[in-house]
Formats: sequence, structure tokens, C-alpha cells
Amino acid sequence: MSSIHPLKLFPVKKVFFFPLIFVTVTLVVECSVAGVDMRYSIWSIVNQALKGNRGWTPVWREPEPKLHYDIVIIGGGGHGLATAFYLASRYGMTNIAVLEKGWIGSGNIGRNTTIVRSNYLLDGNEPFYEQSLKLWEGLEKDLNYNAMMSQRGIINLYHSDAQRDAFIRRGNAMRLHGADAKLLNKNELQKMCSFLDFENARFPIMGGLLQPRAGTARHDAVAWGYARGADQRGVDIIQNCEVTDFIIKNGTCTGVRTSRGKIQADKIGVAVAGSTSRVMAKAGLRLPIESHVLQAFVSEGLKPVIPGVITFGAGHFYISQSDKGGLVFGGDIDGYNSYAQRGNLPVFEDVCEGGMAIMPMIGRARVLRNWGGIMDMSMDGSPIIDKTPIAQLYLNAGWCYGGFKATPASGLCFAHLLARGEPHKVATKLRLDRFQRGAMLDERGAGAQPNLH
Amino acid sequence: MIINHPHLGPRDAAEFTILGDADLLKRPDWQAGNADYAFYHYLYLRDNPAGLHRELWFHECGDRSWLIVTRDTVTHAVLDVALARDVALSSKKPKVGKGARAAKKARTKKPAKGCIAEDSPK
Ligand SMILES: Cc1cc2nc3c(=O)[nH]c(=O)nc-3n(C[C@H](O)[C@H](O)[C@H](O)COP(=O)(O)OP(=O)(O)OC[C@H]3O[C@@H](n4cnc5c(N)ncnc54)[C@H](O)[C@@H]3O)c2cc1C
Repeated sequence: MSSIHPLKLFPVKKVFFFPLIFVTVTLVVECSVAGVDMRYSIWSIVNQALKGNRGWTPVWREPEPKLHYDIVIIGGGGHGLATAFYLASRYGMTNIAVLEKGWIGSGNIGRNTTIVRSNYLLDGNEPFYEQSLKLWEGLEKDLNYNAMMSQRGIINLYHSDAQRDAFIRRGNAMRLHGADAKLLNKNELQKMCSFLDFENARFPIMGGLLQPRAGTARHDAVAWGYARGADQRGVDIIQNCEVTDFIIKNGTCTGVRTSRGKIQADKIGVAVAGSTSRVMAKAGLRLPIESHVLQAFVSEGLKPVIPGVITFGAGHFYISQSDKGGLVFGGDIDGYNSYAQRGNLPVFEDVCEGGMAIMPMIGRARVLRNWGGIMDMSMDGSPIIDKTPIAQLYLNAGWCYGGFKATPASGLCFAHLLARGEPHKVATKLRLDRFQRGAMLDERGAGAQPNLH
Repeated sequence: MIINHPHLGPRDAAEFTILGDADLLKRPDWQAGNADYAFYHYLYLRDNPAGLHRELWFHECGDRSWLIVTRDTVTHAVLDVALARDVALSSKKPKVGKGARAAKKARTKKPAKGCIAEDSPK
């Protein structure tokens, strides 16, 4: 139900006002008696409310790892869980395990700023992200789970004639691939976002590129929804199970060693985001990836002020407002290699300065929380979904800081690759050897550097 | 993070910009027979270790010197700082500082195998 968001203020689609009770129905839960097969409905909520909410049961099982699976997926983040879900739901494979070293949602899937969009330029990227957005639009139906997908739109601001021209080009590329894009001039933008500092002396705001179908989704719910959907179809989700080594015989990977014992598999898919280099080094591979920390920030809850997602075109700053009212914002990576899941204050300051440059009204909001996540920054800013030089070992990585929006398509394409042994048609360019072949997917045309996205 | 500059003492990391792995000092020979393969490794592939990492930092808002900083990527602790010039000039005789030695030890554990076999690209 992508249209229930009450804060949806962009006049790009009609706002539907569902009766409160209906919204509640989608948010809430019916607990069927059958243990882990939890369903959500108004009856269970009422029932549980009367019983002091003590009857809820776990949403997925906690199985012991088996000795052998058809496919083992390493990493229980969004991408690993989505891969398992699509393998089970679309490719009919259910003898699958997802191995997660911590708990589901402890990685970047639970740390991101939840922006979902498909406003890319290049042929190798745009069809992939548009496929992802289409999957987002049907996700809650697919999962029967409220991921709070809210298509409130994204506006990339432009501040110069050259930038406007670049955005026109990007908007046209998007439309050619079936996505939606609209160029806003200053007047149109002023009607939507009067609070922006249009006359800023250094970075005057001239307009923006709007993608109305973009928006935000509840990141934790995405992980939980995929986990429940996969579990219901028989996938084993094994938490607290760290992969420590690969079993490789004559160039073929036949399984993994984990903190919970040896597990054999016909195929192994790695989707460990920021830990990619560390994990793949165990298979002797060096990759075109660096791990960097990206920070996110949330303010105290405020009344609805920010209608959708807004990004600064002259500095690095993006912002949206969560359903609870907190301003959710972020900016650039800190810039140095890191596995620390926390950043430093100079970047915090830089992000806040970016915010003040475009919307001074947020200057008095207090920041409540900030945190960091470890990004798998590829050297051209685009991801990799491909085989590796080791037979039966497959790689899903290089998501930089845009991998949340990619979650559904990444899962689908990785599932396709694992099940069929060939790339999905929207992921044919996301190859590991593109760096050696000179076929980079560099959206910014910036050359080899690990700070693109 | 505080970087202990060999000439200027402890300086805030915000005064610096980082370029990346100090191996970037070892530019391959562009006339060698396997130059394309060597440059692919040099430009794109990284060890990206969790732990000690030798990296190039530029003191942009200071004396504009290039430094080699040995840093722990898990704790952000800065363990050793040297002038990149000194390191480059003495590269035949590797500098043996505390951090440099530890970093070397950490690095030699990694297999330096490329992710794609050394035959010509398909
Ligand atoms: C602050 C921040 C803001 C972001 N904002 C956005 C945004 O607005 N929009 C967007 O599209 N993207 C955003 N991203 C990027 C996005 O969150 C990531 O690209 C994406 O979540 C990565 O895929 P994942 O969910 O599978 O990763 P993760 O959730 O990190 O999953 C990887 C999992 O692998 C596990 N793992 C690692 N090593 C092992 C091992 N040896 N054995 C077993 N398991 C292991 C980890 O514990 C982890 O759970 C943001 C990221 C951050 C940090």
C-alpha cells in the first residue's frame, strides 16, 4: 500500500485519506495460532492489546544449520535476504540458508537514510534501478508486509545553468528507460518548497529535477519482511553464524567454514556489503573496493515540514522527514578507509553546513542521534553482481551508499544469477571484470576513485 | 582523528585530505610488457584491510606536504606518521618504524593474487 503516507505533500499524485482504522490494519498484526507463521490484522492487534501484547511469537524460525544446502548466501542484510526470498518465490529453490554473523538488520540495511529512487543516467544502471523501483511498488503485496513505502518524491536541486542542462540530460535518460522525471523551474519549486533559500548568494537555487515515484521506505521492515517471506518458504535464516573461510577444491568452492561449523553448498553467494574485501580475501581475491564510513543523522520530531526527499546540488546533503517527524539527513562519506561504524565530527559539521545553505529553517532543530555504517565503495561508483574466478562462488557488492534502493533488484538479479548461471537482463553490465576491460559504469565521469555513488 | 605531523606536531585530520593506500607510490613501469595488467591492479584493486593500513594524506590546509600515515581502520588510531618524500626516497631500503613494521607484517599475510587471471582480457 504505497499511498498511505499521511505526510505526502507533493502535489504530484492525489493524496488518499484512508480512514484511520484502515491505516491501522496495514500497520498491524494478526497472530495466527501457528507459531512462527505470523500474519497481521486488526483482530490480532485487538486480541493482543487485551492480553497485554504477551502472545506475539517470533516471525522467523531459528534453525540449526544443516550440513548441506543447494545455495548458501553469506550476509543477512537487505540484499542477502532479498536474494533468498526471490530464489524461493520466483525460482522455486528453497533448500537455502542465509548466514549472518550478527543479527538480521545489524548492518547497513538498518543504518541507511531509506531513500528509494531510480534517477540514474547510464544504460547499465538506469534499467536496473527502474526495475528495483517497480519491485518496490509491489513489494508490500509480494511480502504481505507493510514496508511503509512512501512515494513522496525526490528533488535534486540545481544551482547553475550547466547543472540544469546535466539534469535535463539525466531526466531524458530516465524517461527513455521508462522512469518518471520532471524538470522544475524556480517558480514551480517555490510552490512546493517555499522554505528553501532560493537567493543564497553562493548557491542560488534555480530549480530541481523531480522524480515523483521516488521516496522512502522503512528500512528495518524491509529486512523483516524479506526475512519472514523467505522463512515461510523454507529458507533457513541462521544468525550469529560468521563465515570464517571458504572450502575451495581445484578452483571450485564447495562450502564454507563458519563459527557454527562446516556447511557444504552447491553454490555460494556473498552479499556482505562493507565486509566484502575482508570476506573475499579468504578466497584469495583482491577487489576494486574500499570500505568507508558514511554517517547519518536524525533530529528531534517535528511537525511535517519537508515534503519529500531533497538533495543539495552544490554540496553533499540530502534530507527527508520520517513518519515520526524526525529530520533524517546525511552527506558525504568521511573519506578514509574504515571498518569502525562511526565517523568523525568534521564531516558532521560539513553535512550541517550543507543543510544550512539550502534550508536555514532547520538550524534550530536539535540532532538526537547519529551513527555510521561501512560502505563497500567500488572504484566506479556502481555495483557488481557477477560470478567470480572461483567456480560456484558468486559476488554481490560495491553498493557504495546507494544500495538500499537497490535491495529488491539486487535480490532478484542475484537470485537469477545463482539459479540460472547467467546475469539477469537488467544486470548484464554489473560485471566484476569491467575494470580490467575498461567498461566502467561511472555516473559522474570522475575516474577511478572510491568516493562515488 | 589527530595526525602527528613530523614537522608540525599533532594536527586535526580535518586539515588533511586522504588519497588512499600508500601503495599508490609504487607506480608501475608504463613501458613494461604487462603494463596494462599492472596498471589495472595499481588503479583499481585494493587490499582494503580491517586493521593496519598505510595511506597517503596531503596536508592541504597546512604545509602541503604528503605524509604516509599508518592507521588502524578498525579503531581509527594513528600509529605512525612519516613524510612520503622520505619513504619514497628510501624505498629501496624500507623504513623500519614501529607502525611500518607492523603494517608490513599485516600486509604479507594477504595473498596478492589478482581477481582475474593474468591472461588478456576477454
Ligand atoms: C548512513 C547510511 C545511509 C544510507 N542511505 C542510503 C539511502 O538513503 N538510500 C540507499 O539506497 N542506500 C543508502 N545506504 C546504503 C545501503 O544501506 C547499503 O548499500 C545496503 O544496505 C547494503 O546492502 P545490505 O543491506 O545487504 O548490507 P548489510 O545490511 O550491511 O548486510 C551485510 C551483512 O553481512 C553480514 N556479514 C559480514 N561479514 C560476514 C561474515 N563473515 N559472515 C556472515 N555474515 C557476514 C553483516 O553482519 C551484515 O548484516 C546508506 C548506508 C548508510 C550506512
